[in-house]
Amino acid sequence: MKEINELNLPDGLRYTRDHEWVKIMGDAAIVGISDYAQDQLGDIVYVEMPEVGDEFKQGEEFGTLESVKAVSETYLPLTGEIIEINEALADAPELVNKDPYENWIVRIRPADLSELDSLLTVDEYLDLLNG
Amino acid sequence: MRYLPHTDDEIQAMLQVVGVEGLEDLFAPVPGGCRRKEAMDLPAPMTEWELKDHVRGLAAMMKVKPDFKVLIGAGSYDHHIPAIIPALTSRSEFLTSYTPYQPEMAQGTLQGIFEYQTLTARLLGMDVANASIYDGASALAEALLMGIRISKKKKKVAISSAVHPHYRQVARTYFRPTDFELVELPVTADGRTDLAALEGLEDLAAVAVQSPNFFGIIEDLGAAAAAAHQREAIFITCFTEPLAYGLLKNPGSCGADIVCGEGQSFGIPRCFGGPGLGMFACRQQYVRSMPGRLVGQTTDLDGRRGYVLTLSTREQHIRREKATSNICSNQGLCAMTAGIYMAALGGTGLRELARLNYDKAEYFKAELVRAGAGICFAGPTFNEFVVEFDRSFRPVARRLLRKKVVAGLELGGHYPRLKDKYLFCVTETVSREIIDTVIEEVRR
Amino acid sequence: MKNVSATVGLILNEPLLWEKGQKGRRGMDVPAADVPPAGIDAGLIGEGPDFPDLSEVDVIRHYTRLSQWNFGVDTGMYPLGSCTMKYNPKINDTVAATPEIAASHPMLPDALCQGTLKIMYELQDYLAAVTGLDAVSLQPAAGAHGELTGMLIFAAYHKSRGFRRTKILIPDTAHGTNPASAALCGLQPVPVPSGPDGMLDPEAVARLMDEQTAGIMVTNPNTLGLFEENIIRIAGIVHDAGGLVYGDGANMNAVMGVADLKRCGVDIVHLNLHKTFSTPHGGGGPGAGPVCVVEALRKFLPVPRVVRDKRGYRLDGNCPDSVGRIHAFHGNFGILVRAYSYIRCMGAENLHRASQLAVLNANYIKEKLKGELHLPYDRPCMHECVFSDLWQHAYKVSTLDMAKRLMDFGYHPPTIYFPLVVGGAIMIEPTETESKADIDRFIEAFCEIVREAKEEPEILHGAPHLCKVKRLDETAAARHPCLTGC
Repeated sequence: MKEINELNLPDGLRYTRDHEWVKIMGDAAIVGISDYAQDQLGDIVYVEMPEVGDEFKQGEEFGTLESVKAVSETYLPLTGEIIEINEALADAPELVNKDPYENWIVRIRPADLSELDSLLTVDEYLDLLNG
Repeated sequence: MRYLPHTDDEIQAMLQVVGVEGLEDLFAPVPGGCRRKEAMDLPAPMTEWELKDHVRGLAAMMKVKPDFKVLIGAGSYDHHIPAIIPALTSRSEFLTSYTPYQPEMAQGTLQGIFEYQTLTARLLGMDVANASIYDGASALAEALLMGIRISKKKKKVAISSAVHPHYRQVARTYFRPTDFELVELPVTADGRTDLAALEGLEDLAAVAVQSPNFFGIIEDLGAAAAAAHQREAIFITCFTEPLAYGLLKNPGSCGADIVCGEGQSFGIPRCFGGPGLGMFACRQQYVRSMPGRLVGQTTDLDGRRGYVLTLSTREQHIRREKATSNICSNQGLCAMTAGIYMAALGGTGLRELARLNYDKAEYFKAELVRAGAGICFAGPTFNEFVVEFDRSFRPVARRLLRKKVVAGLELGGHYPRLKDKYLFCVTETVSREIIDTVIEEVRR
Repeated sequence: MKNVSATVGLILNEPLLWEKGQKGRRGMDVPAADVPPAGIDAGLIGEGPDFPDLSEVDVIRHYTRLSQWNFGVDTGMYPLGSCTMKYNPKINDTVAATPEIAASHPMLPDALCQGTLKIMYELQDYLAAVTGLDAVSLQPAAGAHGELTGMLIFAAYHKSRGFRRTKILIPDTAHGTNPASAALCGLQPVPVPSGPDGMLDPEAVARLMDEQTAGIMVTNPNTLGLFEENIIRIAGIVHDAGGLVYGDGANMNAVMGVADLKRCGVDIVHLNLHKTFSTPHGGGGPGAGPVCVVEALRKFLPVPRVVRDKRGYRLDGNCPDSVGRIHAFHGNFGILVRAYSYIRCMGAENLHRASQLAVLNANYIKEKLKGELHLPYDRPCMHECVFSDLWQHAYKVSTLDMAKRLMDFGYHPPTIYFPLVVGGAIMIEPTETESKADIDRFIEAFCEIVREAKEEPEILHGAPHLCKVKRLDETAAARHPCLTGC
């Protein structure tokens, strides 16, 4: 497993305490899991997705990630509607291990951008990991 | 005692290492309040030969001896078990191993189960089969719960009343503490499930029928599948006699989404109803909702083919209360047995054997009709059927028992309106001579 | 590499069934028809399954070769924690194969099957005697099936008193089957953290137990191999709040003839006949998971039940409060017969002795290995002991590596990575049927592996070296599942 200083944690994203990230792109946003989360899970073998059109509140479970011997729920960082899922992950879940930022999980239309304020900056997220 | 290898000296040496005086001191952590006040009240130990005598006494209490013919099926069938089956399944490498958690030391079990899964899927016309679950009844209960899981928000299932009564009881037991609803579909005059009764049933997660059903009737699976799918319900086919699919169209080709049932017919002795074999198969798209263990093919570090337990994240040891089922084990040795049986019969043999079962039952039916009995349901049957007689059958049954034949299961206890009607079964183990003996007594 | 008992034998490759054979061969002769062929509606007929056709010799060689790739209790020590892999006496199989028993149909009238009913009736009595509880159902087909039966009884009991309780307490050391069984009955598991000594803390239970909680599921001895010393107080707390106590009897092999579960405050317990009562594990089953209850819960047991009256034994299905039927017939009867045979061979004294020796063996291993492996809870254990790989982290060696290496020494690995409360857990349950000499060899092997971990870790990373296959790619198996052959 990686040491904390070996983790790739890009600036400009917002992170959750459950190790998801969100990136605002116009009136949409993409959501994925952090390098820390993919490293902890190990080889990801399956990504369970919601359906396009599903709506979730901030912090609600929208899917799961599975490794061989563990299951981890994924929680939506912002209230919103799912407008796209990353189809590539169905056949190649290992992409999340390869680059967890390039390979987002869902694209959403956020309902309330002010919720961003409750999410962590990269420095705050690092503090969390350093515990 | 021959299973306990420790000598007194060894015990003393080991106690010394542990640092206690006597064996009872090992139990210091067990508080006085938890202790037994007296020894367990059990019979004195027996030697092997004493036990054998004792068991001979128990066997003598069985009125039905091994040379009797039991013309009852109803979920437990008398098929010939080839000698290779006990020879192979008593190999202690299979018998005394456990769930293959360490695949490098269990490739025998794993390849054997992979082959069982494959042959089962082919038999039933499905994409995937699991490593088995307890029995036909729990397989059906699990299939119904799986149907609800797939349908997400729907909470009602419909099940044919021509499904084995015990299976329906088990399903009700599984459903009792939940808020899911189970409705039963009536049977038409020809012995098939009345699909018209689905009219007006809203929000069905699943529809389940058995074929051949409890009355031996071959259901119209295509029509049942269409009726279920029209309501966007999962279609479940259950069975108690898998041999039928050596001859009949398999459930997958008729549109089944989940197929489950009892595999005892495939080389497993009746043994008072257990252990049996819960066979369970489904379409590929539902595999992640499936209960039970699954064996998958992979490669080792050197690139050689090998087998492992896989998709374990569905299961209780990882997902705990969110698992697809609480099941932990499978009926390992029984699945291996069924695999060996299917391998031994082969495609050609299975076809011939199924045909023979069918022909015997047809002969029996025709002869009964000639002797004045009535066949209660007009639908086609496989190796079981329901008969009624114009006078009491009890004296006939008593006479037949003296001739070492147990004739038919009286149905009143299971279906009050079928009181004094009898469910008969014949397999390849019942000769024409036996059938003719029954006919002779019916005529008397 | 001394002390390695595995060697290179003649292990033969064998293809999949459908990669061999020839259409038209047969491995089982079908009798010639003695009745005329009957007509059948062509619309009913299918193509028949696509099975390979093999000869009897093909089949025998195939499965004999497969069996040689397997390791069982009869091959060697199998110290799989929580699974009680004790020796499976052969006489039990002989008894179960008695023709009158093996060929008995499950729906015969009672009068025709007094022998099988008597076996069930007596076995019920024996299991009641072993646990100290009052009434028994033999129907559950496995431990998890027994748990489900127990949770159904919990639900029925509370319903009969006019309450619906929605939660259940489950210690964090419990098997995954516990929460899964409870969830099937609509009970939301509430985890109870175990205390620093590895045991349940009565205060923690008291804080969580309330009027919405149906009761608690306790494995005792627990999965750390420790006897829950506060079980009586815990049961009192649960009972005072109107709850019931479920005992997971997976570890009964530790306390036969010692503990009285009723005095411990247990209301329901399931037993694993394939663990404690020596029936073979069969590569994953069939097992049997009978359920024993206190008198007050007798009326909720599954139906039908075997009862005895003037006319003999009979099945009684008339029990209006019962949770219902849980198995198609009478449970895994062939397994029940084996357990019956075992108990009749052992008697009370030898069963007690078995528990004593199982606990002695485990404590002996604990003492001998605790200088080599980290022992998270250093206190007297029952039938199993739990170590961790903490001391091997420095050499980048894990529990998995050590477990795989044990295979090269001729041992089945212990249970690993369970219980979850111990990181890198190594859970060793030797059982009473291993002799001191065999256990000493196992200990020596483990010490050698610990030395290798320090000095030659690469040997462990590549282990096993002497099995038919090397480590298998479980990730690939799960990413692209291949569940049927073609």
